[in-house]
Amino acid sequence: MTKTRSLRWSLPTLLLAATVDATDMPLNMTKGVTEISQQVYDLHMTIFWICCAIGAVVFGIMFWSIVRHRKARGVQPAQFHESTKVEILWTAIPVLILIVMAIPATKTLIAMEDTTEADVTVLVTGSQWKWHYKYLDNDIEFYSLLATPKEQIINRFAKEENYLLEVDRPLVIPTGKKVRFLMTSDDVIHSWWVPAFAVKKDANPGFINEAWTRVDEPGVYRGQCAELCGKDHGFMPIVVIAKSPADYEQWVNGEAERIAKAKAEEQELLAMNMSMEELMSVGARTYTAYCAACHQPNGEGLPGIFPALKGSAMALEDMPGHINIVLNGKAGTAMQAYAKQLSLKEIAAVITYERNAWGNNTGELVQAADVHAVMQGKGE
Amino acid sequence: MSAVVTDHEHEHHDHKPAGIKRWLYTTNHKDIGTMYLVFALIMFFIGGAMAMVIRAELFQPGMQFVEPNFFNQMTTVHGLIMVFGAVMPAFTGLANWMIPMMIGAPDMALPRMNNWSFWILPFAFLILLMSLFMPGGGPSFGWTFYAPLSTTYSGDSTALFVFSVHIMGISSIMGAINVIVTIFNLRAPGMTWMKMPLFVWTWLITAFLLIMVMPVLAGVVTMVLTDKYFGTSFFDAAGGGDPVLFQHIFWFFGHPEVYIMILPAFGIVSSIVPTFARKPLFGYASMVYATSSIALLSFLVWAHHMFTTGMPVAGALFFMYCTMLIAVPTGVKVFNWVATMWRGAMTFEVPMMFALAFIVLFTIGGFSGLMLAITPADFQYHDTYFVVAHFHYVLVTGAVFSIIAAAYYWLPKWTGHMYDEKLGQWHFWCSLISVNMLFFPMHFVGLAGMPRRIPDYALQFADFNAFISIGGFLFGASQLIFVWVLVKCARGGEKATAQVWEGAEGLEWEVPSPAPYHTFETPPVIK
Repeated sequence: MTKTRSLRWSLPTLLLAATVDATDMPLNMTKGVTEISQQVYDLHMTIFWICCAIGAVVFGIMFWSIVRHRKARGVQPAQFHESTKVEILWTAIPVLILIVMAIPATKTLIAMEDTTEADVTVLVTGSQWKWHYKYLDNDIEFYSLLATPKEQIINRFAKEENYLLEVDRPLVIPTGKKVRFLMTSDDVIHSWWVPAFAVKKDANPGFINEAWTRVDEPGVYRGQCAELCGKDHGFMPIVVIAKSPADYEQWVNGEAERIAKAKAEEQELLAMNMSMEELMSVGARTYTAYCAACHQPNGEGLPGIFPALKGSAMALEDMPGHINIVLNGKAGTAMQAYAKQLSLKEIAAVITYERNAWGNNTGELVQAADVHAVMQGKGE
Repeated sequence: MSAVVTDHEHEHHDHKPAGIKRWLYTTNHKDIGTMYLVFALIMFFIGGAMAMVIRAELFQPGMQFVEPNFFNQMTTVHGLIMVFGAVMPAFTGLANWMIPMMIGAPDMALPRMNNWSFWILPFAFLILLMSLFMPGGGPSFGWTFYAPLSTTYSGDSTALFVFSVHIMGISSIMGAINVIVTIFNLRAPGMTWMKMPLFVWTWLITAFLLIMVMPVLAGVVTMVLTDKYFGTSFFDAAGGGDPVLFQHIFWFFGHPEVYIMILPAFGIVSSIVPTFARKPLFGYASMVYATSSIALLSFLVWAHHMFTTGMPVAGALFFMYCTMLIAVPTGVKVFNWVATMWRGAMTFEVPMMFALAFIVLFTIGGFSGLMLAITPADFQYHDTYFVVAHFHYVLVTGAVFSIIAAAYYWLPKWTGHMYDEKLGQWHFWCSLISVNMLFFPMHFVGLAGMPRRIPDYALQFADFNAFISIGGFLFGASQLIFVWVLVKCARGGEKATAQVWEGAEGLEWEVPSPAPYHTFETPPVIK
């Protein structure tokens, strides 16, 4: 480690990168915190040592031969070139080794695929570029987004400890219980991976995959999307907090309360008008979190992939169409439906923002009630 | 037509048009072989430049040089160029040069098709490279172009990508047909199947793999095209399709493709090791059978790339067992090479050095492949840098090292000059050290949990990535020595004898160096 570090620092830094001391990296696969992850680790080490042993024998013989059987030592080459006995031997031995290896691997695999008798079930839905968690036993659901500020990514601020591995709202699961995950996707294929659980399963659009875990240690476990899912594939981490059953129960109740409160607030909001300043400030924040990845912070999009909002007919003229596309998305494109992802207030604010930022000076305000009207099918 | 014939009544033996026309119109296997090899080298540097962009961005955490979208285009096009533009054409070039000479044939059996199969290739890559300059950029969905990222969610460069892959595929299929027809029909009398050099054998098997799987690739890119532009839903669940179907079709092509890129390498190493050990190849027949079994098994293991897609336990077990089984014939090959060296009288010229490095480093790639076959462990390795390390060990220190070894081995035969041994040794040692700095630490980064195909990473991976990037830049720079050696050797140097290497055996070493423009117009006598 010291060697790599000194190499890194001795190079002329043509970089704006923040100078954070990196936390030390483990050199091996994690043992994880579940019985299964421990078994997987053991399999990994077994096959690793088998490979090392075979390598030591084969390369040992090879290097012995390279040292001893060289023309420079004046040796005469032998002329043998066949031996059925030896050929059979070195076909049979590897077959035996592989059979020995296949037995524990088969056992672990069968255990990993047994998703029956789960205590808690969570529906995990990937979308570009965030995760959505829905607890099928309670009425809890939420999106989980990258929490690392953009300024750290573009090297304007110093990077913090959990850079790119932190989210706004982590998944919470109880310890000691069998938690079943149902995986699916709203758009492209994603893959939900938490190394500490040895769970990696693809989230395929239109299909549901299953996986499970039983975590014994309370703690915070981090992972990332493992399947290339487009531009921001590197920026959709996973954070899971395992809590003791009592703490988990408390969390569930708190969540239910929070959701009920948000619904009540939403109703109140329908009768209120927000000011331009308030809409623009909430709108800017929402835009940065949800829209800027594709449409870009300057509203110009990426030509050929993501359309511009700046100066676009939709953002300047067609207000019902604008509200509609934000609410319902556009089928067959990367434009998602935000009706369930954002509150009425946030949707109203972000549309107002898009119609008044970057020189789109329409001066138009969109209120929560306008959004609600379109949602109810009255705004067309 | 008869007028043409009389005009050429006193045609010189070595007559060929001068200048650019020679290369455009040529049907000569040696000219076409040279063009393939030069083309592959150019592509190697273009694909390599893209790897340098990737490594520069990954040198430190944070986004420094490129946008994530461009980063994805670099990983995608780097993969496509290295697979279809560098490794495969290089092997086809070697096949063109060497197969007719090794079997005592005057040329390839289908020379006009040979010309065409080369000349469509530059256009395929021109189209692919041009797509990078389209609005929205080139393909950015990885060289494996998984749907629906490559269909519903891709940019309009996808059409160019599909067209370009079609042309590459046609070129490969034609090249493969030519190899098969040549080997079946043009062997000199007495060159029986079990007397053929292993390079010819491995290429024959490779050619069969090619004509079996390239049409599958053509099918899958066409399905991507129609899903994106013509309203079909092969891979769209909303229309009754299945995105995982894409992966099944792709990897049914993709896994044999992996062996297409390594079987000719086995042939090359099986030619070089006996020459420099001055001892016949150990277990010739078992080498032929092992190659055939690897080729057959390659059709039964495709889903080991897809363990995490969610398949029935029985399916996962079947693909795990078949994949583990591949280690057996592959092991036999390595054991045979070591047995060939045993009690030989070895010398260590550059081709032998690269061949020895191949044996060790390819085997390391094989070990990580065996680890990846263990399905439960694969759940942890899959789509991490561990996989990146694995396939670069088999493709760079495997396929590419074998191609470089072949180039040094046969350069004297091609040019008539010995290459500069000292420079060649420099090239070898620089490459060997830097390539391991580049790819070995990737194993650890992957085990620690870094996913592949990401433009930015968590801080714990920073030191290793900086080190890997330095290895990458050094490996890239080391290949400039190779170009220097090649240019120097083409221009002059110590005259090479017909046999070139003391221990070399085979028909190609019986013709003068450089090999005359036409060889074996009358078939040689095989003992």
